[in-house]
Amino acid sequence: MMFSSASKISITNLHKAFDDKIVLNGLDLEVNEGESVVIIGASGTGKSVLLKNIIGLLQPEKGSIKINGKETVGLNWKGKQRYLKNIGMLFQNAGLFDSLTVLENVAFSLLQDNKLNIKEAQDKAIEKLADVGLAPDIGRLMPTELSGGMRKRVGLARAISTEPEIIFFDEPTTGLDPIMGDVINDLIIQQVQQLGATALSITHDISSAKKIGDKIAMIYQGKIIWVGLVSEVENSGDEFVNQFIKGHAEGPIQMDLRES
Amino acid sequence: MNPFASIGRTTLAFFNHIGRITLFTCRSLYHCFTPPFYGRLLFRQLIEIGFYSLPVVGMTAIFTGMVLALQSYTGFARFNAEGAVAGVVILSITRELAPVLAGLMVSGRIGAAMAAEIGTMSVTEQLDALKTLSTNPFKYLVAPRLIAGILMLPILVLVADIVGVFGGYLISIYKLGFNSNIYLERTWEILEPLDVISGLLKASVFGFIISLMGCFHGYHSRGGAQGVGASTTNAVVSASVLILAFNYIITELFFAI
Repeated sequence: MMFSSASKISITNLHKAFDDKIVLNGLDLEVNEGESVVIIGASGTGKSVLLKNIIGLLQPEKGSIKINGKETVGLNWKGKQRYLKNIGMLFQNAGLFDSLTVLENVAFSLLQDNKLNIKEAQDKAIEKLADVGLAPDIGRLMPTELSGGMRKRVGLARAISTEPEIIFFDEPTTGLDPIMGDVINDLIIQQVQQLGATALSITHDISSAKKIGDKIAMIYQGKIIWVGLVSEVENSGDEFVNQFIKGHAEGPIQMDLRES
Repeated sequence: MNPFASIGRTTLAFFNHIGRITLFTCRSLYHCFTPPFYGRLLFRQLIEIGFYSLPVVGMTAIFTGMVLALQSYTGFARFNAEGAVAGVVILSITRELAPVLAGLMVSGRIGAAMAAEIGTMSVTEQLDALKTLSTNPFKYLVAPRLIAGILMLPILVLVADIVGVFGGYLISIYKLGFNSNIYLERTWEILEPLDVISGLLKASVFGFIISLMGCFHGYHSRGGAQGVGASTTNAVVSASVLILAFNYIITELFFAI
């Protein structure tokens, strides 16, 4: 994939804590336009907190987050709304609205600004469902009637419905069998390339990270400790990255375990 | 444990909670009056709160009216004041029993449902998803419920007034042997517009309290199924207590001597 040099997401010295627990501790990260960056790291290292800070669901104590060169930290709701319109997000459990049908979920943001009428929004939603390999009939179902893989696909269709410039993926393959996980990976690659979007994903599934990412960044103790191309990850020379990708219990990364 | 530290912590937690409720109320009210408005969602809530609560409110009202007639008759018979039954029934129902009992019943039905629905949305990332889709949860979820609560409770209480008085009438005529014309005449003689108006105003306030508590506790649900369960309980308990407290305050404002 070709990279342009323009920075799409720029994070500098980001700090976030919950009471006494420091989660992000001066984190820096750059994501260039058209890149797909995957952040890997153990559970509880702040991957989801980082993503929530970027999309404005959490407010950092200190630091800067720039999207398209514009500062997003400290924006009010209207300011947030402006940059959220260019963003799509696939949640870990898809985050589908239980009270709406699949079609209404996918058409949701298309109807928010009255840019499209109901018929146009429905047609577009059916088109997006087809893009993720789902038949129009699925649109009539409620989210509770779907399997885990189908929920992820519908979540992906909703995330790409407005053809955003930036898409975030929160643990896209978690809870799926390996085959369905690979199907989701393929769909992510296909849709990101088709839209020419910038993608930022978080996962602890290393095979998924290698497949969907152009670059991999490793988060540990609230900081990005290593960034490199996917091809470099196996020979990173970083003992933390090596331990994580090999999945060894022994190594510099110590998990918080309590013995009974 | 230091008792002063414990008292201090409890006091701070109490004021923290009051502050959060106050901010939540102000934000909710602001979004009730500023566009965009979600008409379809408001209509759905009007039906949910108004139409689907009719059976439970109607049943509560009719049995309350029947018991009230029976109890007041047996009590007043000791003073040879059986003729006051019609007045006691109409005043008790319109001023107190219909708004309070309808409020408590709707709190159990609607307040719990709101807290459970919004709480589930909160713990399953649906509220986060709503925000990332540039939709304000206060406008989309809270405002329609608040407006529907304020509008529909008075209608439910009006129905409860009619059904409750009818319950008292049935017992008075067919069981206690009152003359139908005299009973109705006494009912109309005693009833004043303020009796009904005060009850309807109470109902509006109770509708606001029920929706507010349901949304507030649901919105702040944390910790999975157990958290949603706790927020549902808190929504019903806090709404019920506030209904009884505001019932006294409004009664004091209208009827204080």
